[in-house]
Amino acid sequence: MEDGLILLGYNISMFAMRVRIALDEKGIEYEYREERLDNKSPLLLEMNPVHQKVPVLIHNGKPVSESLMILEYIDEVWKDKPPLLPSDPYQRAQARFWADLIDKKARLFYEYYSKYPQCVIVVFAELIAPHNAYFQIYINGGRRVWFSKGEELEAAKKELMDGLKLLEGELGEKVYFGGDKFGFLDVALIPFYNCFDSFESCGKLRIEEHCPKLIAWAKRCMEKESVSKSFAVAPPSMIDEYILMTRKKNGNTE
Amino acid sequence: MDAAKSFQSPESLFVVHSESARMATETVKVLGCWPSPYVIRARIALNIKSVEYEYQEEDLLGGNKSDLLLKSNPVYKKVPVLLHADRPICESLVIVQYVDEVWASGPAILPSDPYDRAIARFWAIYMDDKWYPRVKEGFFSEGEASKIAFEEADKGLLLLEEAFTKCSKGQKFFGGERIGYLDIALGSHLAWIRVIEKASNVSLIDEAKTPNLYKWAHDFSADVAVKDVLPSTDKLYEFAKLLISVMKGSTPEK
Repeated sequence: MEDGLILLGYNISMFAMRVRIALDEKGIEYEYREERLDNKSPLLLEMNPVHQKVPVLIHNGKPVSESLMILEYIDEVWKDKPPLLPSDPYQRAQARFWADLIDKKARLFYEYYSKYPQCVIVVFAELIAPHNAYFQIYINGGRRVWFSKGEELEAAKKELMDGLKLLEGELGEKVYFGGDKFGFLDVALIPFYNCFDSFESCGKLRIEEHCPKLIAWAKRCMEKESVSKSFAVAPPSMIDEYILMTRKKNGNTE
Repeated sequence: MDAAKSFQSPESLFVVHSESARMATETVKVLGCWPSPYVIRARIALNIKSVEYEYQEEDLLGGNKSDLLLKSNPVYKKVPVLLHADRPICESLVIVQYVDEVWASGPAILPSDPYDRAIARFWAIYMDDKWYPRVKEGFFSEGEASKIAFEEADKGLLLLEEAFTKCSKGQKFFGGERIGYLDIALGSHLAWIRVIEKASNVSLIDEAKTPNLYKWAHDFSADVAVKDVLPSTDKLYEFAKLLISVMKGSTPEK
């Protein structure tokens, strides 16, 4: 194990998956510890007292949290391995910008999904949709605008597709978001592909029809051992199980 | 220590340094609006590096975003935007890191040690995602909701006081002797914090509760890179009153 390296994660956590993929890509050995969200380990509480969330990378006893920050840390410490971030400052800024966009929305997703699990599509739309007045009102600290479920779903589907199209545009004709090499932004986004099936069936979306390049990109990423290995421990059935568990917890059965 | 060295492989080091040196001479423009803390971040970073730049004030309150802004930041349509050799960089913290990397020969903004950098990035995200929204909520909401929001903001400040003690290591700023990434991240909010303290009759950065941050706030505001871009409390207070009346009179402008 590399210099005392421990990763605290959760099997279907897309953020933890980012770190696992990054470490595997770089061939860095580490000890993985599975956390239980309903029974967090003392180590997690000690290492991430502010948020008490995974992933946390513990390097020689010192914790690093926030998945994108962990990716940057890994790049900076293991300089002898191929970097995830490009070397050109402008390209780095672009990668950080897009990863930040995904991250911003993903945070909202987790916050609101646990409150409104029936609105899977609605909150996932926030995952990668651009800022929109409708959603600003919808999510801003309780000032909620009520629409009928049907309207919510339709609006959310549109937002989701608009967001995916943005990413499709950013990808363009590139093999990966990082260009020829699988990089920072690819690692940041690919874990969410794990949910695409759920969203397609939930919202009757045809993602591949509208964003063929994105789907092709995702399938290319899946050919990488680091990615397929991570997805293997988080099959869609586990996600469905998680959704059910959250719904039950919130008193929503369907 | 040169920030560039910590992420470059030896072979590419020379090439990137030459390219960086050339890029450092290209024209720089900032699209902003003077009350925005995020714009202030970009300007402080450029000031630290003694970069000359053209500043373009956007009329956001009047709802007149320039074509350049809409073209440069199509995703968010927000300020700040840094235009370097006509290439746009968006999102304040992405901009600050970009400035640090391009003008690598100037005083370093991020710490050189990877772990310290991870800590700095962590707290900057915390400020933006968790802490400042509570402050805003306290200001924009009323009654019990406002009280709770401010209480949470207070707790957050105690965490930041602790973070300051650890990061500053007995010196004046989060960055040590000179202002750095975290100073910029938090300090950019100081003008609004003072306005909110005045308008809501609360004490956020309080001499008794957060003595180190209280002193730091004075030192930061007086710094040569900061004092001309941080608006005066009175001027911003007048602006805040105008903003509230616009918000109450019509739907929020985005």
